[in-house]
Amino acid sequence: MVLTVLGAAVLVVAAVIVAELLRVGGPSLAQTGLWSFVKNSVWDVTRDVYGALPFIYGTLVTSGVALLLALPVSVGLALFLTEMAPPRVRSIVSFPISLLAGIPSVVYGLWGLFVLVPLLRRPVEPLLARTHLPIFTGAPIGLGYLAAGIVLAIMILPTITSIAIEVLRTVPGSLREAALALGATRWEAIRTAVLPYARTGIIGATMLGLGRALGETMAVTMVIGNSPTIRASLFAPGYTLPAVIANEFAEASGAQQTGALAALGLLLFAVTVLLNIAARLLVRAVRRGPARVAA
Amino acid sequence: MNETKIEVQKLNAWFKTTHALKDVSLTVPKNTVLAIIGPSGCGKSTFVRCLNRMHELVPGARQSGKVLVDGQDLHARRVDPVDLRRRVGMVFQRPNPFPTMSIFDNVVAGLRLNGIRGNYDEQVEKSLRQAALWDEVKDRLQHSALSLSGGQQQRLCIARSLAIEPEVLLMDEPASALDPIATAKIEELIHDLRATLTIVIVTHNMQQAARVSDATAFFYLGELVEHGPTEEIFTNPREPRTEDYVTGKFG
Repeated sequence: MVLTVLGAAVLVVAAVIVAELLRVGGPSLAQTGLWSFVKNSVWDVTRDVYGALPFIYGTLVTSGVALLLALPVSVGLALFLTEMAPPRVRSIVSFPISLLAGIPSVVYGLWGLFVLVPLLRRPVEPLLARTHLPIFTGAPIGLGYLAAGIVLAIMILPTITSIAIEVLRTVPGSLREAALALGATRWEAIRTAVLPYARTGIIGATMLGLGRALGETMAVTMVIGNSPTIRASLFAPGYTLPAVIANEFAEASGAQQTGALAALGLLLFAVTVLLNIAARLLVRAVRRGPARVAA
Repeated sequence: MNETKIEVQKLNAWFKTTHALKDVSLTVPKNTVLAIIGPSGCGKSTFVRCLNRMHELVPGARQSGKVLVDGQDLHARRVDPVDLRRRVGMVFQRPNPFPTMSIFDNVVAGLRLNGIRGNYDEQVEKSLRQAALWDEVKDRLQHSALSLSGGQQQRLCIARSLAIEPEVLLMDEPASALDPIATAKIEELIHDLRATLTIVIVTHNMQQAARVSDATAFFYLGELVEHGPTEEIFTNPREPRTEDYVTGKFG
């Protein structure tokens, strides 16, 4: 009974949040229209023009960079710890990983600001610029999408790694042995037997990491440069949905700006919900197995 | 007597401090079936796992003594366990097909792992026929391996082992998780496979050992108590302990 009430309370809290966001943000959304709000790339407080696109773009780009960097490292680390490392190494390495998860995000932001950003300014970004890729062009100022993506990658690393470890532990030893008995090397056994079995769980771990990256506010605000612009280059400063809400809400002038910020909050909420639904669908599709999907 | 395929000399095996196999020596002639019998924990599985060097994969496992296949010492430094396991296949106690793969992909998994190219369609048919599974699955090769019954899964695992054309097949209680009909099919299969393979089968079903094997070895507490032609072991054993076991006085 008590648990039912508590469970219901969670739903009530979620509903209250959405209702409040709708109450504050609804009017301005209704005025501009959802679609034109989403696709408008100008955010100019002085002219009372509010477009969400730079923030959506910044949120997706930083989270994407974070996933791209964190996923291979996390899965590799989890594989190393479950498949190769002797038990003692496993416990020694597992501890700092769980420690990473407990560091407050403002500390990550400080580290990003004082260590990562200067490093990016020189030598990392000038070196990357030599590749002449469009995503690595422009002034190497350090603050920007890349810095935010890297900080996020480090923040979601422990989340993905620790879940991936749990997932890999559920792989039956008999599958590993089946591959080894067929003449697989250790790595081949991982590729043919372990990873396919763990795929669903690793996708789930990734989605949890992505969820954290999308919503992270403080650390990103400190290193992204806070500029409501859309640039192809990862060196450029940008902005994210949570960062702009945190920065502007307290000093918002007038109902229009407050409304636009609340609408951004709604968008963030919607993105997270959609992502969770997508993750569930993906996990379900993968769990059904490639054999019958392909047939 | 055929030429010797496997020769085991003074094989000892340990798990950490447990002495699981004690001075085991025996030979298996080519194209014969050796059954290993004995009560649980007597070292049967450990013994077969030494024959394809799977034993050494267990943390804390050690061994001493020699295992020769075609006269070549498996533990010689230049023997790569990965190559060895291609020549000495293994079927496990519980069916363990790769659950995310189709029936077809399971059969060719070993071929792909070993970089063997060729006509996979033909090889799949041949291996599945050898494992007496072809007629049951030929119309649904792309279905998941998990869509098969337990007995079919085990025959799929046998087909998977046969696809890479091993010289020796180790079977660790291959029928213990199966019903009588599936068991009978596996036993028939062992009969037919003898023409091309040398088989070592662990079983704690004595009727099964009597039905499928040419020679039988009785293990007890890590020791090889008696080894001889199957008929002799079951009708006229030399050792009283063997007699007690095969007549069901303990086990």
